[in-house]
Amino acid sequence: MFSGFMTNTWAVASIVAVVAGVVGLFVVLRGAAFVADALPTGAFAGAAGASLIGVNTLVGLGAFALLGALGIGWLGRRGRHDVAVALALVAMLGLGALFLSFSTEYGPQIEALLFGEVLGVSATEIAPVAGLGAVCVAAVVVLYRPLLLSSVMPELGEARGVREQRIEMCFLVVLALTTAMALPVVGALLIFSLMIGPPAAARSVTSRPLLAMALSVVLALVTVWAAIAASYVSNWPVGFFVGTIGAACYAAGRGWTVLRSRRLRRSQASTLPPVAPTASAMA
Amino acid sequence: MMTNPRVSQEDMLSVDGVSVRLGGREVLHDVGFTIGPGEFVGLIGSNGAGKTTLLRVILGLLNPSAGTVRVGAAGVGYVPQKIQLDPDLPLRARDLVGLGLDGNRLGIGLPSRSRRQRVDEMLRAVDAGHLASARVGLLSGGEQQRILIAHALISRPGLLLLDEPLANLDIVSEQEVVALLARIAREQRIAVLISAHDMNPLLPVMDRIVYMAGGRAASGPTGEVVTTEVLSRLYGRHVDVIQVHGRVLVVAGRDDDLGIPLARPASAAEIRTA
Amino acid sequence: MGRLLSLIVEPGFFTNAPVHVALLAGGVVAVVSGVVGTFTVMRGQSYAGHALADVSVTGGSASVLIGISPLWGFAATSVAAAGVMDMIGIRRPRGRDLATGIVRGAGLGLAALFLYWDTTHSATGATVTILFGSMFTIDPSLLGVIAAFSLAAVGIVAVLYRPLLLSSASPDLAVVRGVRVRTAGVLCLVAIALAVSLSALTIGAILSTALLIGPAATALRLTGRPGLVVAWSALIGLAVTWLGVLLAYDSYYWPPAGHGWPVSFFVVTLILLAYLLALARRGGSRAAPLERGEPRGAQPGCG
Repeated sequence: MFSGFMTNTWAVASIVAVVAGVVGLFVVLRGAAFVADALPTGAFAGAAGASLIGVNTLVGLGAFALLGALGIGWLGRRGRHDVAVALALVAMLGLGALFLSFSTEYGPQIEALLFGEVLGVSATEIAPVAGLGAVCVAAVVVLYRPLLLSSVMPELGEARGVREQRIEMCFLVVLALTTAMALPVVGALLIFSLMIGPPAAARSVTSRPLLAMALSVVLALVTVWAAIAASYVSNWPVGFFVGTIGAACYAAGRGWTVLRSRRLRRSQASTLPPVAPTASAMA
Repeated sequence: MMTNPRVSQEDMLSVDGVSVRLGGREVLHDVGFTIGPGEFVGLIGSNGAGKTTLLRVILGLLNPSAGTVRVGAAGVGYVPQKIQLDPDLPLRARDLVGLGLDGNRLGIGLPSRSRRQRVDEMLRAVDAGHLASARVGLLSGGEQQRILIAHALISRPGLLLLDEPLANLDIVSEQEVVALLARIAREQRIAVLISAHDMNPLLPVMDRIVYMAGGRAASGPTGEVVTTEVLSRLYGRHVDVIQVHGRVLVVAGRDDDLGIPLARPASAAEIRTA
Repeated sequence: MGRLLSLIVEPGFFTNAPVHVALLAGGVVAVVSGVVGTFTVMRGQSYAGHALADVSVTGGSASVLIGISPLWGFAATSVAAAGVMDMIGIRRPRGRDLATGIVRGAGLGLAALFLYWDTTHSATGATVTILFGSMFTIDPSLLGVIAAFSLAAVGIVAVLYRPLLLSSASPDLAVVRGVRVRTAGVLCLVAIALAVSLSALTIGAILSTALLIGPAATALRLTGRPGLVVAWSALIGLAVTWLGVLLAYDSYYWPPAGHGWPVSFFVVTLILLAYLLALARRGGSRAAPLERGEPRGAQPGCG
């Protein structure tokens, strides 16, 4: 499991997990689950197209994910937002289906792109992935406070200033890059499990942002490592394990929240007023 | 309670000893009053006094912990407080008003001339005849409000309930809405219960007032309820009722009275007058 | 006329048996999706429709494994998921989106597993069929089932027509009128689940959302009368599906020769085009005064 070609996979997967944990926390905080799920779809089309014309898949992934982010940002301001995103998402999938239908390895390639492929990572991909990852994490560090603040305040849409919209755009771009990085390993359909499950669990456990981020990264790493190991041993798709473990993380987080509030209620006298939910970004 | 001998015995609404506990806190305490046919009643109180809770109990959206609510046979029409109609909603004004007649019936419903006429008639009654074919989501706040009033009225209820219809309106619009409601109440002979946090726009048309503070209520003719004595007992501390140029102001008590509440807030029996 | 027709329609189109089935099944499914989709979009449940479609992938892949038509799996899982979604019913939209996302992730993970097992045991292109549809390979014996599901879905929406309209406008008003808002909501979700499973069969689970919300969203921009919106939505869905079938058939002769482009690609692209056209046409209406505040669902990431 730890021999030659697998080290590439471990390396890339670890980088992906770290970035997913960091970026995913804000996905959860900003309620951007839908977008986190739409972008990989666009990326999928890009990867298919790239492999068709023989370009490095990562380039295709990145390009289309970025296009998707920009498109969603633009369309979202035009018509009804949820409809626009859904349609853009689906149109890109259709394009992906088209590209793939031209290539001869239709079936297996689709599965790899959609559900993840442990063995599909080559050494040449480590450097660009690491580079992208560094950019993403740096962006989050720089935008940390505005991002945190805007996820607490209710989003006001058109009433927001230009600065807010730029931050939103930046976040979408970061999300697109994360998607591009994670897709080869985890698969288009399950990236968001990695970006939602561990951060959601982390957020349930602690209300301190930095601690939550650290915990989110740790959980993401554990998820990815366990998924790769299990996939290697059983030959089952990585995506299956990521989806399942991600769901388990989320469930654990929810369970913790329920237990904690029950303990809190029991330890209070009945005449005291109910404890107000902590008005933090973690609410 | 003295009944007006000109009005029939059957009340449009009877609230008796209603209390509501929410989240461990008593939000309403022993609230009681009645509304007779054609009466125009203001439910006055500041935010948090319990007006919306009381309205929800009357509508059956919330169960009281104690007490009963009885509604007249003709039923209740309801105009909610802030209803943001989706701009994309594919309903014209006439469609929404029509749903006030049969929104709970199964099936698509056959178009009928009498239904259409009734809808048009109701829209005209609220000065919204020209808006009949407009998409409700695209109308202004005031226009939507009138459509909602028509929607509530079309089933010919005996009582019309409006939750803060005057909130956020400028003075002119306030007067227009009050005049509209008073006119409708007269023409359709419907009882009206309006909740508001300022009683002044309603003074010219109110028959009686239900004044709420801290979950408790005092009801009766305006002049008898809105007095220093009654409201001080209701609040459980001294408040002054001041009349200035026909407007009424309720202000907190003098400096030396602050922080010295009565031994207990007055009970409902002591507060209820007339 | 004959020459024009032969330019657009490649030879053999009207006599080809699978094309007949495709036109019939695809057409019926498109109409159902259009009708049910109107209520989906109206109630702001596009994301729920999307989630149900993805969940149905699990069922589809399971049924391929067992050896039955994917339609049963699609229907079973999506209807079950509709019930679960109603039960969970988390209040805050963000919480609901998260939960939905997680469930989708788990479901898709499971689907990955089923598909993997299937490809190791048999050589069928199950992934492609489930994800991207089998418009030209629908088993004619399924037509009866398709008709039954279609009638059920449209029936639910027809019977609940007025209550659904009123509760979409305002749940409070509906409750006061005596509508059982919760019951109506669940039944509507079931109708959506059925519509989604049907279109999963024709254009694939992943893309079925397009047929559900695209024509409906387009129709909503064209007219404000409820009855007309439903009619337009069904019509647009039908048109794009039939045109898609035609183009897919024709594409057999396009490069790369002998392969043919996927039907689902055409259908989805046409839907997007129709929507963009409608957007352009009504460009001004979005500028309507927004003093009432931001329209529902206009924040990025909220479904």
